[in-house]
Amino acid sequence: MRRVLLAIALLALAILPLVAGKFYVDLFAKIMIMAVFAMSLDLLVGVTGLVSLGHAAFFGLASYMVVLAAPDKYAAVSLWTSLPIAIAASALLAFVIGALALRTRGVYFIMVTLAFSQMVYFVFHDTKIAGGSDGAYIYVKPQANVGAWSPFDLGNGTHFYYAMLALLVLTFALLRLLLASRFGHALRGIRSNEQRMRALGFNTYAYKLAAFTVAGAIAGAAGYFAAVQFGVVNPEMASWHQSANVLLMVILGGVGNLLGAVVGAFALVLAQDFFSSLTKHWLLPMGAFVIIAVMLLPGGLIGAWQALRGGRSGHG
Amino acid sequence: MDLPIFLIQVLNSVQYGLLLFLVASGLTLIFGIMGVVNLAHGSFYMLGAYTAFTLSSLTGNLFTAIALGVVLAVAFGYVLEWVFFSFLYRRDHLQQVLLTYGLILVFEEIRSLTVGDDVHGVSVPASLSASLPLGSTMSYPIYNLFISVACLVVATLLFLLLRKTRLGMMIRAGASNREMVRSLGIDIDFLFRVVFALGVALAAFAGMIAAPASSVYPGMGNQVLIICFVVVVIGGIGSVTGALVAALLIGFIDTFGKVFLPDYSGILVYLLMAVILVWRPEGLFRENAV
Repeated sequence: MRRVLLAIALLALAILPLVAGKFYVDLFAKIMIMAVFAMSLDLLVGVTGLVSLGHAAFFGLASYMVVLAAPDKYAAVSLWTSLPIAIAASALLAFVIGALALRTRGVYFIMVTLAFSQMVYFVFHDTKIAGGSDGAYIYVKPQANVGAWSPFDLGNGTHFYYAMLALLVLTFALLRLLLASRFGHALRGIRSNEQRMRALGFNTYAYKLAAFTVAGAIAGAAGYFAAVQFGVVNPEMASWHQSANVLLMVILGGVGNLLGAVVGAFALVLAQDFFSSLTKHWLLPMGAFVIIAVMLLPGGLIGAWQALRGGRSGHG
Repeated sequence: MDLPIFLIQVLNSVQYGLLLFLVASGLTLIFGIMGVVNLAHGSFYMLGAYTAFTLSSLTGNLFTAIALGVVLAVAFGYVLEWVFFSFLYRRDHLQQVLLTYGLILVFEEIRSLTVGDDVHGVSVPASLSASLPLGSTMSYPIYNLFISVACLVVATLLFLLLRKTRLGMMIRAGASNREMVRSLGIDIDFLFRVVFALGVALAAFAGMIAAPASSVYPGMGNQVLIICFVVVVIGGIGSVTGALVAALLIGFIDTFGKVFLPDYSGILVYLLMAVILVWRPEGLFRENAV
């Protein structure tokens, strides 16, 4: 049943550009980027039990790397060099922030991750890096050329859409492999009982730091492509509203379940799109929606669906 | 640095630090006693500032506006705990974070619907609008001194309340061992409501009294909230003394940072937090083990 639904959803995403207009192709490409971002956070929140409220720092840093990796603003950078640079920068930042933040736990960890991401926000906001508080435009999209051959063009909406679909599937597969490995089982063990894992001889700090770094790197990939799609970077991409948004996606879909993060990203972006089309004051219904959704659906949409079907509860 | 300039920066540091303390003390008490992470705490500061703006233009007097505003804030906090926050105690931190984030969106949009999105100024009362001359060319506004003195009075009252009264004893007991207080037969629901109303009133008071010195603008609560988290992390969760020390420390670092390293002043506070985390991950003063 679940496999069938998954195949139908994937097929629907694959044929969407053939039937839908440019608006929806762009919207769904954006949603898939956010889904990758949300999956990376779910590795921390749902799998390892680390509630980070600063995940936008890695998303934001990588988006800035699109601008910073270019020698000048009218030169095209290669996707194949700038993407690894952006991911490596985010991973390094996540390693440093994680090394400090993981010295704390629980509510301290929430506050400390929030504070460090705010520090990254201020670095982009207060200094002259890439346009300061105004941000910077990306005049030329990164090129995917390999030698003289150009496999796809990131400036083309449909090409970009399929590239993001590939990124989504790739990230999902990668994280599934990771979770099935010894590493993934250790992370789940830390979530359910860290004391026991330590008693068993696991260096839990190192495991958590590795998870934090991997999550930062994947968030970086999402941030990179978000900057490419929007054609502009600004400090807001590293803001705490962005961190709260992605956390909302994770919990809205259902924690600890990679599919939940994807479902949450779709639900939240579509809800935002819907409310903002209704009224200028859309944050009021959005806030009410957030409160009601979290109050009524503690297991998220996936959990609610499983409860409806009378199945087992959705943590796994 | 000349002596007058140095003196002005010291006064600014103390003023900023004390304002932060008023907001952070409520945040740390609400977490220490109820175990709730309240992201909406910065909104109370914002709502206070907008209340001062609205009421002072209605009544024509800032002091009347503040007196009325404090009463409103206590009532608002009491009701808000009853209708919303009391449902959060059983939830985990992750859900508390998101529920109170949703509340921020609601508060900001209500503010936008009722007062609008413009930046406003609140005029300084005529009795305090003079400036104190410092040296031959510098001066310091009396109103800014008044903020520091008023905050100091409120902070002293708060410490007296916590250290010398029966209510304060219950609050301190609640912060160090919630379960024990409950099992001793103290009306914990009432205690929670009082502490929450107190926290809201402190944050709103800080917003009201700071309004004439800074402007009143959308999103002003979020900035304060995040710095207050840093205060709580440095001071130690649940510790009001820690919040005072950390708030003053941040006041000095931020103010002098703006003078010496203007490009990096926004970052210094967070670097301080990083250093403290390496040295003492649980904060300078930790009173309870939450």
